[in-house]
Amino acid sequence: MRAALAVLAPLLMAQSVPDAKPELVPDVSQRNIEIAYSFTGAELLLFGAILYPGGRRPAGQAPTDIVVVVKGPTQSILVRQKEKIAGIWVNAKSQRYSSAPSFYALASSRPIERIVDERTRAIYELGLGSLQLSPGAGTLSDVQERFQQGLVDLKRRSGLYVEAPHAVEITDGVLYRARLTIPARVPVGRFSAETFLIRDGRVLAAAVRDIDIRKSGFERFVARAADRSAILYGLTAVALSIALGYAAGMVARRM
Amino acid sequence: MDLYLPIANLSVNALVIVLLGGGVGLLSGMFGVGGGFLTTPLLIIYGIPPTVAAASSASQVTGASVSGVFAHFHRGGVDVKMGGVLVAGGVLGSFAGAWIFRLLQRSGQIDTVIGVIYVLMLGFIGFTMARESIVAIGVSRGGLKPRPRKRRHHPLVAALPLRTRFYASGLYISPLAPLLLGFGTGILTILLGIGGGFILVPAMIYLLGMATSVVVGTSLFQTLFVTAIATMVHATTTKAVDIVLAALLLVGSVTGAQLGARFATKVKPEYLRLALAIMVLLVGLRILLGLVWRPEDIFSVELT
Repeated sequence: MRAALAVLAPLLMAQSVPDAKPELVPDVSQRNIEIAYSFTGAELLLFGAILYPGGRRPAGQAPTDIVVVVKGPTQSILVRQKEKIAGIWVNAKSQRYSSAPSFYALASSRPIERIVDERTRAIYELGLGSLQLSPGAGTLSDVQERFQQGLVDLKRRSGLYVEAPHAVEITDGVLYRARLTIPARVPVGRFSAETFLIRDGRVLAAAVRDIDIRKSGFERFVARAADRSAILYGLTAVALSIALGYAAGMVARRM
Repeated sequence: MDLYLPIANLSVNALVIVLLGGGVGLLSGMFGVGGGFLTTPLLIIYGIPPTVAAASSASQVTGASVSGVFAHFHRGGVDVKMGGVLVAGGVLGSFAGAWIFRLLQRSGQIDTVIGVIYVLMLGFIGFTMARESIVAIGVSRGGLKPRPRKRRHHPLVAALPLRTRFYASGLYISPLAPLLLGFGTGILTILLGIGGGFILVPAMIYLLGMATSVVVGTSLFQTLFVTAIATMVHATTTKAVDIVLAALLLVGSVTGAQLGARFATKVKPEYLRLALAIMVLLVGLRILLGLVWRPEDIFSVELT
């Protein structure tokens, strides 16, 4: 019986089946972002189409929402909090997180709190309030909360954590697009762009595309040299400074 | 003109960095100092990570001291033996400095320690220099009588064993004294990205009692080598030397240094010293405010 249904499914879809799910066909404007000398950040266009079963948008249903999340590679970080001790501000308490995203941007068609409830937000890591940072064990939850708040605040101000409600535009309920800016100080690595189709607080479909961000040309060469041949790199830096200093002295003497 | 720095991992306005280097170079040419004490804090204020700032400004000081060393060599203003001992101490000091740097970085106190050392050092030197130059201005105006001062080394220096002769400096002292001096300066070079001429010159005059004609040349000689080694130490341990940032700073500072040196010959030295003292005190005050004022960011993030 089940097998028969599966065969018949494409046919049945023509007469709107209530729990047939729509599908997402997402894409990004750039699969590779190259960091060269003039890199001041990049603008990413995330777009795609919603495919409804039967090829037609069902009428009379709650509106569908699109949420796009771009995440950078996770990092193991230490967040420190300053306190005033003996008149000066010094780092006092700290909290370790083993998987904090280096970059997190969320674009949605409506504010995320109005699209899904807290539990769903936590499951899919939707929104800056629902990041799963994997803190070390044994920390009180209110201390933990304070540190997370501090981290999000800090990253937000440097443009590395972004929440952009209303940034997703949906045209005729079928086509969507969102623009997100990647700031110049992003780390390199593999980024993921996840798109979620949500209706009535339920995630109906999700799709992921990868984006590679890497240094290219001279910047890649320098970063690699500094890491792999540190001694040669250091000698080059010293030689450069001696040569420039000497040249300037020579020029000044001739004048 | 925006330019991406491959090690600092951010994009800066190249013109601002060149001008910053130029301004510092102008001062270093005028006053005969490396200028690292200004570069590092200014870069940090601009938004460069502190470690990258300290590591990259050390190489700027190397560039700024090169032409000075050559000039002093030509007129015999470098005591090579004394300089060699200072450099040896500086090398040991920079290794010790790298170890201290790592230790402080791990405990999260590196920024505070850098700030506190700056405040103490700049406060002390600025105050001493201001007082001295005001007295000198009084003397040159004829209102005050100069106090005669005999050139001699500190009694503690005299107590050290293994004395040897430093002909150019006109001294017969233990090499341990300049070795220790070089050691201390080497630590500061790594921690703060400064050349240390600030500490060396007064210490050579007042502690060692060196002949003044070789003080500046020998100090520059030590600065040249120790900042070069500090760059190497940073390149191999913290990996925070940004060659693009260093090049931008160098282009500005070597040009500025030559202009500054020309300008310096037209102004009376005691007025120059007073101006430098005021500037040193201002930088110190700015850093002090940064330490005691409630910072904008209570939280900070560090990769582990």
